[in-house]
Amino acid sequence: MPGSASGPAIQTENLTKEYPYGFLHLKKKTSLEGLTLQVETGEVFGFLGPNGAGKSTTIKLLMGLIFPTRGHARLLGKPTTDVAMHRDIGYLPEQPYFYDYLTAAEVLDYFAKFFDFTAQERRERVQRMLQKVGLETAGKIQLRKYSKGMLQRVGLAQAILHDPPLVILDEPMSGLDPVGRREVRDIILELKRAGKTILFSTHILPDAEMLCDRVGVLVGGKLQGVGAPGDLVGIKAQEVEILFTLAPTAQAHAPKNDHAPLLAKAARIGERFRLQVKEEELYAALEQLRGASAKILSVSQIKPSLEEYFMHLVAADRAQAAAVEVSGK
Amino acid sequence: MKAALMLPLVLLTGFAGIWHLQLNIDAQQAALHQDRDDLLLTSPKLLKVLSLEYAPLLADVYWTRAVQYYGEKHAAHDNNLDSLWPLLNIATTLDPQLLPAYRFGAMFLSEAPPRGAGRPDFAVELIQRGTRENPDYWRFYEDLGFIYYFDVKDYAKASAAFAEGGSKPGAQVWMKVMAAKIAAEGESFETSAFLWRDIYQNTTDAEMKKNALAHLQLLIAQADCLRLDALADDYEKREGRRAANLNQLVQAGLLQGVPVDPANFIYVIGDDGKVQLNPASPLWEKQKLFDKLK
Amino acid sequence: MTHIGAVALNTFREAVRDRVLYNLVFFALLMIGAAILVGQISIGIEQIVIVSLGLSAISFIGLLMAVFIGVGLVSKEMDKRTIYALLAKPVRRWEFLVGKFAGLVFTLLVNTAAMSAGLFFALAYVKHGLQSADAGVLVAVYFILLKLAIVVALALLFSCSTTSLLAILYCAGLYLAGSFVQQMRTLRTDLMGNATATFMRWLSYLLPNFENFSVTGPVAHGRAIPGALILQNTLYAVVYCTVILAVAAAVFSRRNLK
Repeated sequence: MPGSASGPAIQTENLTKEYPYGFLHLKKKTSLEGLTLQVETGEVFGFLGPNGAGKSTTIKLLMGLIFPTRGHARLLGKPTTDVAMHRDIGYLPEQPYFYDYLTAAEVLDYFAKFFDFTAQERRERVQRMLQKVGLETAGKIQLRKYSKGMLQRVGLAQAILHDPPLVILDEPMSGLDPVGRREVRDIILELKRAGKTILFSTHILPDAEMLCDRVGVLVGGKLQGVGAPGDLVGIKAQEVEILFTLAPTAQAHAPKNDHAPLLAKAARIGERFRLQVKEEELYAALEQLRGASAKILSVSQIKPSLEEYFMHLVAADRAQAAAVEVSGK
Repeated sequence: MKAALMLPLVLLTGFAGIWHLQLNIDAQQAALHQDRDDLLLTSPKLLKVLSLEYAPLLADVYWTRAVQYYGEKHAAHDNNLDSLWPLLNIATTLDPQLLPAYRFGAMFLSEAPPRGAGRPDFAVELIQRGTRENPDYWRFYEDLGFIYYFDVKDYAKASAAFAEGGSKPGAQVWMKVMAAKIAAEGESFETSAFLWRDIYQNTTDAEMKKNALAHLQLLIAQADCLRLDALADDYEKREGRRAANLNQLVQAGLLQGVPVDPANFIYVIGDDGKVQLNPASPLWEKQKLFDKLK
Repeated sequence: MTHIGAVALNTFREAVRDRVLYNLVFFALLMIGAAILVGQISIGIEQIVIVSLGLSAISFIGLLMAVFIGVGLVSKEMDKRTIYALLAKPVRRWEFLVGKFAGLVFTLLVNTAAMSAGLFFALAYVKHGLQSADAGVLVAVYFILLKLAIVVALALLFSCSTTSLLAILYCAGLYLAGSFVQQMRTLRTDLMGNATATFMRWLSYLLPNFENFSVTGPVAHGRAIPGALILQNTLYAVVYCTVILAVAAAVFSRRNLK
C-alpha cells in the first residue's frame, strides 16, 4: 500500500544534472533540472517522457552511476553514494548488454556473487530466475547469440535475482514483442503483490496506465506533473460513443432524416455505425436511434487518455524551446 | 574529509618508499653487473643475419651504447673497458659505413687506461676494416698512423700509413709531409702536437675533443718544462746554485715574465730542481695519470 | 568469495574465452625452433641464446598482453555498457578496479608460467639436462612478472581516464621512458643547468624504473641473483602498483559514466 512508516523508498530534492560542452566547456546542457519527487514504499511508479527527457539520467543519478550537479537523492533512506545500500536495490539498465562471452547462467551467477549467498543458494536462485523469465532452456548458450528480447529478460532476471525491496527498471519493455511485454507486466504485478516498490521508465503509455499507481511526466528535463494516471488527465467534458447497426431496410434511408440530426454524424464501419456525442446529448441520440429502429450494440464513455495529456505537454515544451532559441539568437 | 586526505597521503608515502627502494636496488644491480659487462649476442655475423634490413638501425643502437658505455665507465672511474671492442665491432659489422664509430674506436681502443681500453691491436683491426669498407676516406689512414705513432710506437708503420693516406683523393697535404717527418725523426714534439691539434679541430665528438685537448695541453706543458729546464741550467751555471722558483730566473734576466701553462697556472720548480707543473693546476692531476702509464 | 575475487575471476575467464592464451602456441613454436637451430650452430653459447631469447619473448609477449588487454579493462566495459549492471551491485568502484588488476595479473601469471615451462624444456634440450644454477631463470621470469604488474597498473589507470588509443600510446611511452631511467642519472649533469639537473634527477626516481627488473645478462651467464634484490624489487613493484591503483581509484570514483 502506498505510504509507509519507514519513509519513502525514493526521495529526490532539486536533483539537477548539467553537462558542460563546447570549447573550454563553457556551455551547459541541462539534462535534468530541479527534480523533487517522492516514491512511496510499495507503490509502482511510472516515469514517463519522450526520448531525451531525462528519465535515464534520473535513474542513473539514483543508482550512483553519474553524479548530480546540484541537489541530492536518497534511496531507502540512504544517500546515493552508499554502495552497500545496493544490496536492497535491483536495477535494469536501458539497452542492457552483458558479457557476451558468458552464458545467461554464468552472468547471473557472477552478479549473484556480490551478495552474501552461499554457492548452493546462488545456484538455486539462478535456476529460479531463468525459469521465471523464460530462459531455462537457453541458460547454457553464450549471450553473444541472444536476441534483444532475450537480453532484456536476462537484464530483468539479474535485477530481481536477490529479491530486493526496491526495483528500478529503465525501459523494461523495450525490444520485447507483445508476448514478452505481457510477461514483464505480469512480473511487475507479481512484484507489486509481494510488496516491492517499483520505479520504471517507459514511453509506452498504455503500459503505464495499466500498471502504475502513480506516474511522473518528464519533459525537457523538467517534471511536468505527478499523480495517479486518472488524476493527471483531469476532468474534461466527457463524450460518449455509441455503436449500433441498422436493419437492412433502414440502411437504405441512411441516417439523413430531419428527425435525427445527431445520427447524421454517425460513421460507418463495415456493418456497424459509430456515433460520438457529448454526454448531455446521449438520451437525445438514443431516442433518435430508437426512432430509426437501430440495434444498439454498446454505449461507452470516451475517457481522455494519458496520451493526449502527454502530447499536449510535449507540444508545449517544444514551443517553449523554440521560443527560447529564437529569442536567444 | 578523510577520503580527500587519503590520496595525497598514499602518494607521498608511496613515492618516498619508491625513492628509498630505488636507491637500494641501484646498489644491488650495480654489484650484480659489475664484474663483467655482459653482451648477450656477441657474434657480429649472427647479429647481422638476425637483424635483416634493420642492420643499420641496430648498428646505431650499438654505437650509441658504446658511447654511453664509455661515458658511464668514465663517470664511475672504472678502468675496465672490456666491452668497448665488442660493441664497436658489432656496430661496424652491422653498418660498415658508420664512420664515427671507427674514429671513436681508433682513439679509445688503442689508448692506454684509464683513458682507453689499451688494445691498439683491436684498434688497428677496426681501422683496417674501415679502410677496406671505405677506401676513399683518407682520415682513417690518419687514425691508423695515429695508433702506430702514439700507442704502438712503430714509426715505420706510422709513416707508411700517413704516406698511403696522403695519396687518397681529398687528402690534405700535410699527410705526406708527416710521413716523411716521422720516417726521418720518429717521435717529435711538432709531430705529436700537430696530430693532436688536427684531431681537436676536426672532430665533432665531445669525448674525442676533450681527450685531444688534454693531450695537447700536456704536450705543450712538457715542452715548456724542457725549455725552462734549459734556462734553469743556465741560471745554475751563472749563479752556482739551483733556482728555487722561476721569479729568480726573471730577476736574472733570463725570462721576461713567469710563463703559465695552458691552464693559466704558473710553472714552478720542484724539489728535484726541475721545472714542473703547478700542483694547483688541473693539468697536474692529468699528468700524474699519464705518468702512471709510462 | 570476495568482491575483488569475483571480478578477478571473471576478468581471467574473459581472457581465456577471448582466446588470448593462444599466444602460448606461438611461443612454443618459437622456443622449439630456436632450440633446434641453436643445436645446429652450437659454439658453446646455447644457454645464452635460449635464455636471452626466451626471456625476451616472455617479456615482449607479456608486455603486449599487459598493454592491449590492460587499456581495455575499464574502457571496454564502459563502451559496451556492461559496467552499469555491475556497479548497481553492492560493489565499490575501487573493488572493481583492484579486481580487474588482479584478474589480468593472474592471467599474465598463468601465461608466464606456461612460457617458463617451455623455456626450461628448451634449455634442458640444448644443455642435455639442467643444473641448479638455472634456477636464476625463474628469478628473471619473476622479475618480468613484477614489471608487467606495474605496466598493468598503468594501463588500468589510463583505461579509466582516456580512450584506448591514447592509453596505448601513454603506456608505450611510459614503458620506453622507464627503460631509460638509468641513463637519465648518468647524463652529464655538469653540462646542464641546476634546475634541469634537479628535475631530471627527480624524474628519474619517480618514473617507474623497469631496468630494476632486468637481469637477463647475469642469468644467461648462470649467475645467481641476490635475495636482497628479489625482496627489494618485490617491494618496489608492490608500492608502485599501490600508488598507481590509488590514483586510478580516485579518478574513477568521480567519473560520470556515459
